[in-house]
Amino acid sequence: MLAFIIRRLLQSVLVMLTVALVAFGLFRYIGDPINNMVGQEATLVEREQLRAQLGLNDPVPVQFARFVANAAQGQFGMSYRMARPVADVIFERLPATLELALISGIGALVVGIALGVYTALRRDGWLSQIIMSLSLIGVSLPTFLIGILLIYVFAVQLQVLPAFGRGEVVRLGWWSTGLLTESGLKSLIMPAITLGLYQLTLIMRLVRAEMLEVLRTDYIKFARARGLSDRSVHFRHALKNTLLPVITITGLQIGSIIAFAIITETVFQWPGVGLLFITAVQFVDVPVMAAYLVLIALIFVVINLIVDLLYFAVDPRLRVKRSGRGS
Amino acid sequence: MNGKPIVSASSGIKTPSLFARIADNDLFYSFIRSPLTVAAAVVTLVIFAAALCAPLISPQNPFDPATLNLMEGFTPPMAPNAFTGNVFWLGTDAQGRDIFSAILYGSRVSLLVGFAAVGFAAVLGITLGLVSGYVGGWVDSLIMRIADVQLSFPAILIALLIFGVFKGIVPPSVQDKVAIYVLIAAIGLSDWVQYARTVRSSTLAEKNKEYVQAARVIGVPAPVILLRHILPNVMGPVLVIATIGLALAIILESTLSFLGVGVPPTQPSLGTLIRVGQDFLFSGEWWIVLFPGLTLLALALAVNLLGDWLRDALNPKLR
Repeated sequence: MLAFIIRRLLQSVLVMLTVALVAFGLFRYIGDPINNMVGQEATLVEREQLRAQLGLNDPVPVQFARFVANAAQGQFGMSYRMARPVADVIFERLPATLELALISGIGALVVGIALGVYTALRRDGWLSQIIMSLSLIGVSLPTFLIGILLIYVFAVQLQVLPAFGRGEVVRLGWWSTGLLTESGLKSLIMPAITLGLYQLTLIMRLVRAEMLEVLRTDYIKFARARGLSDRSVHFRHALKNTLLPVITITGLQIGSIIAFAIITETVFQWPGVGLLFITAVQFVDVPVMAAYLVLIALIFVVINLIVDLLYFAVDPRLRVKRSGRGS
Repeated sequence: MNGKPIVSASSGIKTPSLFARIADNDLFYSFIRSPLTVAAAVVTLVIFAAALCAPLISPQNPFDPATLNLMEGFTPPMAPNAFTGNVFWLGTDAQGRDIFSAILYGSRVSLLVGFAAVGFAAVLGITLGLVSGYVGGWVDSLIMRIADVQLSFPAILIALLIFGVFKGIVPPSVQDKVAIYVLIAAIGLSDWVQYARTVRSSTLAEKNKEYVQAARVIGVPAPVILLRHILPNVMGPVLVIATIGLALAIILESTLSFLGVGVPPTQPSLGTLIRVGQDFLFSGEWWIVLFPGLTLLALALAVNLLGDWLRDALNPKLR
């Protein structure tokens, strides 16, 4: 167990270092950082001074070490486009993205599990058939198209929901939240649906498949034979065992929700980090790109780690197998 | 295996004709038995054919400014234009460009990028997978480590990153010209892992079988063993991944183009058309965005359905 955790931790550190190397490469070799920082009229001497001051003349490994040390403290230099520290810009926008991701993730999980259980239990019902067909469309529908269709129906035709922006926000310390105002909540509905729909279909299909598999097993037959109520068999015996893979997939999906937020944020002009990143790509704002990359990687790695450990904690069989085979 | 049909003289059975052999095939049987799959195949073929013959069947060349009439801008679908009286099936956009023609040319770009990206990803993934599985050792661990790291990031992020790098390195004057190749490379590079993993595991299973050992004993060089003997035996799952991968690539391409980092506006794909059309949504010109969107949806859905069917049909467990 301990060896497993240590190995997993080392692996995570390795991944983060790789990502940092990529980010450092971006930062160092795309364009000339000096050109992007000084004005047109800077003299050669001034440029050289700045270069020496930033340590760009040091050996590359030293620079990389410095980059990692700075990154670990959340310092990524100044944004070329906005002339502000990257860390400030990102932290300002992080709450918007995290709120959106959290709400759509929870929504997808709750609705996905409910629909998955329903379609598994009534697998031949007409409603299940309709839900399953719709889910296939959900998988094929590109995220941005869902957003556009929602905007057309609810913002342009019915005019009940705002088409873009985040509405009014309330500041709680450094965190800004849209969850406490009416316009903020209204603005959240469409982006959350857009972002969560794909995850919803994924979770639903997964729960359904797992449920069907579990319902065929002997212990379910035995539970029925014991005369337990359907309710008890379905929810206490079957559902519990289907949730294991669901935990894994959902955990891994949190990361991709944050990545897919790039698209949703573009469609709805949602002022989060995704929108920041896509503008950074368009304007080649390298420090912002590098910082976003490291941030996302960190989120991914941490989630992966938690999921792995959780899996280990939840499923006793894993522990036995590992110690038994020594693998 | 030299191409001649093997006919057993004693039983006197003739080799059935090609048509009969297709009709007798398991795969064909399961295909015909599934109406949804047949419909998906028809839709896919229609879109492929329409995109291929776009110059022949489209009413105008939407990217030749000479054929556009500004007076015909914003003509609603199926309604005669107020000035010229021309009717456009699916309406026109701001410049009087026929949406139907734009869709035909747009699907051409989308499909081209989709196929090329899948081809690139497949060749790269299969090669690395074969090498990884056959050679083993540190080569194997290196390739699979890279695959693991990449797999933990969504494809869209990797593609965006590659694009960001490209924009930083390539001078703006030539960016538009090479953007489409970069797009293909970006999508391909973000999607090779699946092929590599599948091929590697099949290769591991195949390489200890007798036919491979026999080939090795008589001194067939490793590249030939890989390409001539192992590759044909690991292609089944690859076909499934490639089909579903095509749908994913088309969606990824349109997403990138929608985000404004894909193909240049002079060569619009379905995603670019949707990006442009989105601006007119608020002023009521819904057809500019809706029809390209529906085409994209139909294409992705049909290819996905084909992929789903292929996966089930090739999976002996489900027979």
